Amino acid sequence: MWRRSASFILDRDDTAVDSLTTITSLSPPPATHSTSSMTNPNSNPNPAPVSAYYQTRAAHHGVVNSNWLAQAQSAVAAPLVSPDRPAPQAGGNGGGGCFSVIEVFNEWRKQPDLAEAVAAIRALAAVIRNSGATTMMELEIELKKGSDCLKSWDTTSISLTAGCDLFMRYVTRTSALEYEDFNSAKSRLIERAEKFGEISQKARRIIAMLSQDFIFDGCTILVHGFSRVVLEVLRVASQNKKLFRVFCTEGRPDRTGLLLANELAKLDVPVKLLIDSAMAYVMDEVDMVLVGADGVVESGGIINMMGTYQIAVVAHSMNKPVYVAAESYKFARLYPLDQKDMAPALRPIDFGVPIPTRVEVETSARDYTPPQYLTLLFTDLGVLTPSVVSDELIQLYL
Amino acid sequence: MDQRHRVQRAVSDPKVRQVGFFAPNPNPISDFPSRSSPPLAGSPSNATSSSPVIIIPPPPPPAARNHPALSHLVVGSYDAASESLLGSSSRLPSSPPYSARGFVVDGEFSEESWPQRSNSAKFASSFPSGGFNLTAARAVITPEGDASPAVISANEKNEVSAVEAKNERTESSKPEKAKLTKSERRALQESQRAAKAAAKGEGNKPSAGAAPCGPGKASKQPAQKKDTASAAPSSALLERKGSDRLPEKDRKKDVPAPRMQFDDKSRVEKAKRRAVVNQTEARNRVELFRHLPQYEHGTQLPDLESKFFQLDPMHSAVYKVGLQYLSGELTGGNARCIAMLQAFQEAIKDYVTPPEKTLSRDLTARVSSYVSFLNECRPLSISMGNAIRFVKNRIAKMQITLSESEAKASICSDIDRFISEKIILADQVIVKHAATKIRDGDVLLTYGTSCVVEMILLHAHEVGKKFRVVVVDSRPKLEGQRLLRRLVTKGLSCTYTHINGVSYIMHEVSKVFLGAASVLSNGTVYSRVGTASVAMVASSFRVPVLICCEAYKFHERVQLDSICFNELGDPDAVSKVYGRLDVNYLDDWGNKENLQLLNLMYDVTPSDYVSMILTDYGMVPPTSVPVIVREYRKDQLWM
Repeated sequence: MWRRSASFILDRDDTAVDSLTTITSLSPPPATHSTSSMTNPNSNPNPAPVSAYYQTRAAHHGVVNSNWLAQAQSAVAAPLVSPDRPAPQAGGNGGGGCFSVIEVFNEWRKQPDLAEAVAAIRALAAVIRNSGATTMMELEIELKKGSDCLKSWDTTSISLTAGCDLFMRYVTRTSALEYEDFNSAKSRLIERAEKFGEISQKARRIIAMLSQDFIFDGCTILVHGFSRVVLEVLRVASQNKKLFRVFCTEGRPDRTGLLLANELAKLDVPVKLLIDSAMAYVMDEVDMVLVGADGVVESGGIINMMGTYQIAVVAHSMNKPVYVAAESYKFARLYPLDQKDMAPALRPIDFGVPIPTRVEVETSARDYTPPQYLTLLFTDLGVLTPSVVSDELIQLYL
Repeated sequence: MDQRHRVQRAVSDPKVRQVGFFAPNPNPISDFPSRSSPPLAGSPSNATSSSPVIIIPPPPPPAARNHPALSHLVVGSYDAASESLLGSSSRLPSSPPYSARGFVVDGEFSEESWPQRSNSAKFASSFPSGGFNLTAARAVITPEGDASPAVISANEKNEVSAVEAKNERTESSKPEKAKLTKSERRALQESQRAAKAAAKGEGNKPSAGAAPCGPGKASKQPAQKKDTASAAPSSALLERKGSDRLPEKDRKKDVPAPRMQFDDKSRVEKAKRRAVVNQTEARNRVELFRHLPQYEHGTQLPDLESKFFQLDPMHSAVYKVGLQYLSGELTGGNARCIAMLQAFQEAIKDYVTPPEKTLSRDLTARVSSYVSFLNECRPLSISMGNAIRFVKNRIAKMQITLSESEAKASICSDIDRFISEKIILADQVIVKHAATKIRDGDVLLTYGTSCVVEMILLHAHEVGKKFRVVVVDSRPKLEGQRLLRRLVTKGLSCTYTHINGVSYIMHEVSKVFLGAASVLSNGTVYSRVGTASVAMVASSFRVPVLICCEAYKFHERVQLDSICFNELGDPDAVSKVYGRLDVNYLDDWGNKENLQLLNLMYDVTPSDYVSMILTDYGMVPPTSVPVIVREYRKDQLWM
């Protein structure tokens, strides 16, 4: 671990021992030992070397040839843990309710167009449906258990956590529920959960409409990675007969940029593909940067695929606007102070050649972009400045 | 949505001219919101006049008082006072009505009358003449620092109140822009309410419940000012006095506004006559800080101690706390606040309502006198101001049907609740949040002593996190040593340095934890002097700065520098080093004419240097402070 000052030589000894124990042949997680200090100490039953969130994404946008997964699997000494694996374990220590939550969640998650938060809420709805609770309080406790279970199952997914929190908030906050009899309250909750999927679909449409004002004829848009919202924005823009071109970054390691370029080419939008390191090279020509977000945090910054931060920094230094398209259910009560201040989401990287075991590989899948580098956020609540995110969160959660 | 974008931008543009009394539209004629509303347009008011200088017509005869629009005018502008000031401030090139209106809002600076602030700020803002030219006014002040005191104070108040008004604007501007009819309706409503209240005031029997929001109190302050401003009483002035005169006694007990300008000689004289504490003012004060109170150190304490047994109006518990403030025995925002609240509790327990008085009114006055006493001992901190507001509000909102003992018990339990929820529990929540941000291997830097930061460090140590602490300290208080001692006894590994070494040590620091006396609504952190430098150094080293502050210390004020509101400490503390006999260069120089010693107590850290504010509502960015103030102040302090 790199230290700022020579006086930390002592510390380094400790961490060296630490990281030796956690080392795996391909992906020595550089920040694993700090996981314990993360927000969720009762840790993940599945300390997977690969973030489940990114596994799902990879499964949905299967543009990457599947052999990198196979390769990674064979390279990692411990067999790659499949998403269903930890479920029985979790069920073992969390009780029967836990078991079904994660099963259901995984079922929902397989649908490619469904956001993770929606899947989580559907899973929680299943908890309500199957619960034998007779009072609101019991139900709440069961839900709490279920959502904790989901959250701890995959600590790396921000929208999962945010979705659980949001639904819990709805259950505990809605005062109307208290005055109804239990059964109707229950059905109302289930109904609400079912509706949530539609809400998330609608959110994307709203965002796409809101952002049309910002896309002008003849503009050049730089996008990074694959985001369903960004794609929707660009699709609506091309439907509105706007003339614009898109620069897509490649999006290593899972090459999500290729997928986006594919989709855009189908829409007859002029696309240019770049390698990730060419972003500063093309920034002169770019009129705006448009990215999605895995999560929007309380400071107004975003957590997104690796490389977003550097794009934002480059764009900021060249005075180009950086726009973020994100649904409001991605707003999370997190406040990372720096890049290392997050639960690390890891994924294997295929370099094409064998890497010596002594060489460390940075496998973190995402980075944190501080709010001062962002211009505006397009959300279904409206077009917001980064500082408004916290205001909305405060109103939502407090 | 594009429009929303533009609005945002417009607000963030630094427009000095707009800071003043905000008019919803720069062009008053074309679409002044209430222009089309019949009562306003029909009234003889010049509210819609296009002239930048408003000449307010003499108020109507009392018969017309019930007319809503008229009373609107009366409440909104203390025209009488303004005219009187006009005489004395002819030196000012900027238009006098503005500076006079500074007085209006100034009245609301006293802690008690908060609820009406918004009202008259709105009135002020509904005047068409938007841009009070701040810069122009300043330019006048600075060259002639000791011009007539009234003028200076007026302007300074204007600055502060202008900022308040801006604050108000951010809240109110949205609906106004969205719908003109709404704002019209509101203006109408306000004026009607004001008219009703004025009518009540005329009857000279203000009900106890309406006390904090009636215009009676608002008029009190300006009335006093009129005395001091001493000008020819116009007919309007007389009229005003007659309309809502307050009992002489109440007026006497009125607290001097906490932000009294101490370079205003006549007001200082007046305050002195009322004062319990006899203090000599320091003679040689720094030019820029003359508006702040500064006394010869050590003159008050013996005097007060000798008076201990003839405590006429003061309760002994309050007296004790006051003495502790004075001697410096009791420091730290939370400790001072808790001590004060507990003293109030004692006093309330022993309180007996005098015959022919109501509890809520008399007790409020009593508390006010305690507050003014404590203020004389040491200027109140912002957190204490908030707590006082809470107490007074509880007293004022007390149900009239309660018996005396019930009322007293309920106030005491409210105070208990405030202490436990807003201070003690809040601290625990902050500690819990902060612990998630401390990782193994961290090096945490702190400055001075903050009890929350101390609790955080101790908690993280107990939990078993491995980290080091750098305690930065500064002369003359050397408070950090106290913290250091406690940390070292608990077994934390610490480094101690003075603020001169902060840029050296900063490169090995991973997080900076700082306490705060208050966080203001623009995210500015008001804290022990030196905090700003530490935060600045940290942010230039890209080390995150975390401010730990309970939400009850948040204040809706906005402050841009640490000059207009601050506290001055003992100047000798800067010039002398106790225990060092060889450092005696300045020993007898304290009274030299050409030497001015400045010992500031607080400074202001701009929000740019702050990464996060840790509060009992979680971790928020500094931009969210106004949201917390707006959302929670209302329902928790003003239920």
